[in-house]
Amino acid sequence: MEHITLLLAIVIVTALVFDFTNGFHDTANAMATTISTGALKPKTAVAMSAVLNLVGAFLSVEVAKTISKGLVDETGIAPEVILAALVGAILWNLLTWLIGLPSSSSHALMGGLIGATIASIGLSGVNGGVVVTKVLIPAIAAPLVAGMAAYFSTRLTYKIGKNTAPKAQAKGYRSGQIASAGLVSLAHGTNDAQKTMGIITLALVAGGVLAPGSNPPMWVILSAGLAIALGTYLGGWRIIRTMGKGLTDLQPQQGFAAQTSAATVILASSHLGFSLSTTHSCSGAVMGAGLGRKGGVVRWSTATRMFVAWGLTLPAAGLVAAVAEFVARQGDWGVAAVATFLVVSCAAIWIISRRQVVNHTNVNDVDADGTPDSGDAQPGVVTTAIAAVTPPPAGAPADLSATIPAPSAPPTESARSAAV
Amino acid sequence: MDIDWAALGSVFGVSLVATVALVGLFTLGVQGLSKQEAAAAEGGSAPLARTGAYVCFALCTAAVAYGISLIVA
Repeated sequence: MEHITLLLAIVIVTALVFDFTNGFHDTANAMATTISTGALKPKTAVAMSAVLNLVGAFLSVEVAKTISKGLVDETGIAPEVILAALVGAILWNLLTWLIGLPSSSSHALMGGLIGATIASIGLSGVNGGVVVTKVLIPAIAAPLVAGMAAYFSTRLTYKIGKNTAPKAQAKGYRSGQIASAGLVSLAHGTNDAQKTMGIITLALVAGGVLAPGSNPPMWVILSAGLAIALGTYLGGWRIIRTMGKGLTDLQPQQGFAAQTSAATVILASSHLGFSLSTTHSCSGAVMGAGLGRKGGVVRWSTATRMFVAWGLTLPAAGLVAAVAEFVARQGDWGVAAVATFLVVSCAAIWIISRRQVVNHTNVNDVDADGTPDSGDAQPGVVTTAIAAVTPPPAGAPADLSATIPAPSAPPTESARSAAV
Repeated sequence: MDIDWAALGSVFGVSLVATVALVGLFTLGVQGLSKQEAAAAEGGSAPLARTGAYVCFALCTAAVAYGISLIVA
């Protein structure tokens, strides 16, 4: 370990930060419905999810070995490229967290890798076909598959159980939800903590510390597992609120159907060779369960904002990563500038988030109109943020300038936070 | 660029069938237990409903165990 350069150290720390954001961004996937239906207390739910994520991180290292899935040419990938990719992914994760929208952390990471690779060695470094098969098709298929499964099972459970005593139901569905949420958490730990292990291992190989093809060292596994567990425990309450309360109103039956559907889709997809994003599956399952109950509604305005965020994930993270790669390539000062930019941006987003705090005490509180993200204290902040992310009907160009910092990354910091 | 439609289709089919089957089983189990409780409240017992409920929950537990084995493997 004595050969770890400053650049490599920055990459490793950044990777752990990404892992942390991944954890709190994805808590919602496992626990949103469990929390909103009251099956578990908010703090208990995130603690359970955190422990299972940590356990999951130690279960295998298969995913870590194939991190970018052939998306980009991994041979000769420089630490700067990895750093830039992580910066793009982290910022997108934080921004979507700020406005309370679930979006795929894996897509953000892939977007970052693609953007940084294009900036580094050009379009030839990216496998376009793989982008379509591994990113675009799954993004459309996941919510449909999970949504339909949740829809039909919700219909069924209401049909069979319509004469059952409510008290027995509440108790039964509670344990059912906890079991399926536990499965999702465990699967998340095995998949997503390993992505970070893979990234760090990739960086260590690129920096010449490890031999190519090595397994992740123990300290990498441990730190990645701890980072994702800590992130999960802190909980992305804003996203939990959107998924648990914002998209639709869930009763325990629906929560159970949604959670079971999500767990099944995640396990089926990862073992039948067509990997689907956890976030997309869970969001789709929640919507399907919402539609499956008689009189149930899905708030399509919130859902539309979420779909828009999904569509923007790849280009937005990619663009930030491309800019970051360009700056980092300039030498030591460039790397320092990118690192500073990341720290300042994270701090800015955190400060903005403090204007309207969402935590375990108010995660289930929703305004009368049912739109959780139009806040009580400071509606202006979040509404503006949404306006900045929701594209005008005309299309993407105007919107990109609103979401992404301009090409010269560090100086635009103030402009960026103003836009947010 | 070749999309593995067969894999996608099987993910779709397996997810749909497994979810509906599991949720259905679980609901039947919950219903059976509630019948048993109702019978117990009147001083009686509903052995068939209770046994059925336990079978349903056992199958659900087996499915969870299979899920865990998939994650660990």
